[in-house]
Amino acid sequence: MHRNTLRGLVFWLALLAAVPVAARTVVDSAGREVQLPDEVGTVFASGPPASILVYVLRPEVLAGWPRAIRPEEAPYIAAPYRELPASGRLTGRGGDANLERVLEIAPDLIIDFGSVRDTYIDLADRVQRQTGIPYLLIDGRFEATPAALRLAGEALGVPERGELLARDVEQTFERIDAILAATPEQDRPRVYMARAPDGLETGLKGSINTEIIERAGGRNVADPGDGRRGLVRASLEQVIFSDPEVIVTWDRNFYAQVFHNPMWAPVDAVRNGRVYLSPTAPFGWIDRPPSLNRLIGLKWLAGLFYPEQWRGTLREEVRAFYSRYYHVEPTEQDLDRLLQWSEGKPPQ
Amino acid sequence: MSARKTGPKLTLGLVLSALVIMLSVGALAIGPFPLSPGEVLAALLGIGDPQAQLVVQGIRLPRVVAALLVGGALAAAGASYQALFRNPLVSPDILGVSAGAGLGAVIGIFLSLPVAFIQLFAFAGGLGAVVLVTVIASAVRNTDRILALVLTGVVIGALAGAATSLLKVLADPYDQLPAITFWLLGSLASTTAGDILPAVPAVLLGLVPLVLLRWRINVLALGDDEARALGVEAGRIRFIVIAAATLITASVTALAGVVGWVGLVIPHIARMLVGPGFARLLPVSAILGAGYLLLVDTLARTIAAVEVPLGILTAVIGAPFFIWLLAAGRRGWA
Repeated sequence: MHRNTLRGLVFWLALLAAVPVAARTVVDSAGREVQLPDEVGTVFASGPPASILVYVLRPEVLAGWPRAIRPEEAPYIAAPYRELPASGRLTGRGGDANLERVLEIAPDLIIDFGSVRDTYIDLADRVQRQTGIPYLLIDGRFEATPAALRLAGEALGVPERGELLARDVEQTFERIDAILAATPEQDRPRVYMARAPDGLETGLKGSINTEIIERAGGRNVADPGDGRRGLVRASLEQVIFSDPEVIVTWDRNFYAQVFHNPMWAPVDAVRNGRVYLSPTAPFGWIDRPPSLNRLIGLKWLAGLFYPEQWRGTLREEVRAFYSRYYHVEPTEQDLDRLLQWSEGKPPQ
Repeated sequence: MSARKTGPKLTLGLVLSALVIMLSVGALAIGPFPLSPGEVLAALLGIGDPQAQLVVQGIRLPRVVAALLVGGALAAAGASYQALFRNPLVSPDILGVSAGAGLGAVIGIFLSLPVAFIQLFAFAGGLGAVVLVTVIASAVRNTDRILALVLTGVVIGALAGAATSLLKVLADPYDQLPAITFWLLGSLASTTAGDILPAVPAVLLGLVPLVLLRWRINVLALGDDEARALGVEAGRIRFIVIAAATLITASVTALAGVVGWVGLVIPHIARMLVGPGFARLLPVSAILGAGYLLLVDTLARTIAAVEVPLGILTAVIGAPFFIWLLAAGRRGWA
């Protein structure tokens, strides 16, 4: 009995604490006006993309990771934040976070970084009504990254850092656009993104999972031409027929066998050794999740797609990116591990 | 139907087989990689452009063989289960083999294992689920044997389904979850000769006892007491049939993922053609199933720019057909 009363009390106190001291209004990517407290001390990230956005901008307010950080990923996350608890995911993205647990954490703000379609707007409104915690929806498309950094920076109370990183992203985009301006469409590499251990899962052109291909100046061969998006199964025959010049993947099982598998042998990318394995520590370089982690993958891919035009050494770019975005100074060993990984030798 | 003689039925079998062979040849000639019939033939014989040879021999041929094998096997297993349970609404997954295989594969994907291990896990999961069902059902003594089997199958199937759902919740939504979803809908997109080789002996091993016991299985359809009166030991036959049909289903499910409806619908069509006698039903079901799945898989890889999962097509085709079957009120069973 006593324990139950106590729990109820904690619950209501948490609810009270969660009621924001409305001091400023922010308009999110869906056009919703959200009242925020002056000081944001704790933030609940609704899923993996949002957790990276918050971590990059202001790690000390992040309440937890959607899942615990794995040993392989730990060296690339700043020390105090490696140990953050697993807090689960909210909303339609396979939500397994308990709303009561969210209230127990009593965040000042919930941030969702991804789709801003009607379903997610409605879900955000519902959670906000139910918990009284302001819920910010931020557009997760790659192209909108600078805007997302500015919006989140303002909401988290670090507008200068948001502006600084947004500029950095814009500069990277401009560097690629300069190359693309001089490269007609038909000269851009034709790229296939191989997912799943058999490599036969891919994202159609324009999907959130593969938009990095176009952003880095490649042409996605999985293009049905009718504007459809999303993850699909491809057949090996289709892959051979579309004959990509470059294959990118993060699946180590697929990468381990692609050069030995006679079925893949006729594909241009395999014949010329242009199948590339993306590192996934602390987060994937090209996707998984689709968040700010893709910026280092963007530079990596631009270098692979345009080795002559792209200026910059990967090692220094990785060092700078991890330091500026992930708050870590990777040791030479840590860098070696990442670079070897990106050359097809992942840690065992 | 019983007025027909063996002659026309043999002819029917030959006609069906010829149709399936023609379908197979046609399927070899169709695909996104543009090849003329002449080039396909040359590639089959191992001459001509090496790229065309790889497409025909390395990709299309294994896929056609796999579709024939999976379709035939599922339909044969379905016919066996339906005879065994004396019920036309039974499909091969009645004893939880699909649910178990699905769970096994999902565990494999969840642990990020290579494809071969995912298939092995699926096979083991399918067999494991049915072993569990038979053990539990034989431990339940105070009810009808068949009822106990069916109910235990439902329970274990639901349990495996719950475990699968749990893993889907825990899986990486950007990586493992789509792979799991695609696997549970079935596909032959990545089939290679190496995937088929282990499945063939397993399916044959399961078919042999079914063929040898075909007359006794027929008698079983009369009911346990009548079977005993005719000198057939129902319990033992039932055990062998379950073991054989499960082996068949588990091995092809490991190869193709969960493909529903074939084992349910095809034996019905076979029964409409040759009547309920198991000795004829089994081979005709197998041939029909092989041709049907080949047709469906050829659709799956050609109707859209991307692969359509098999489970979706078999359901879309199978469900209206089954409703028609119900509405038409054919009494093919008796």
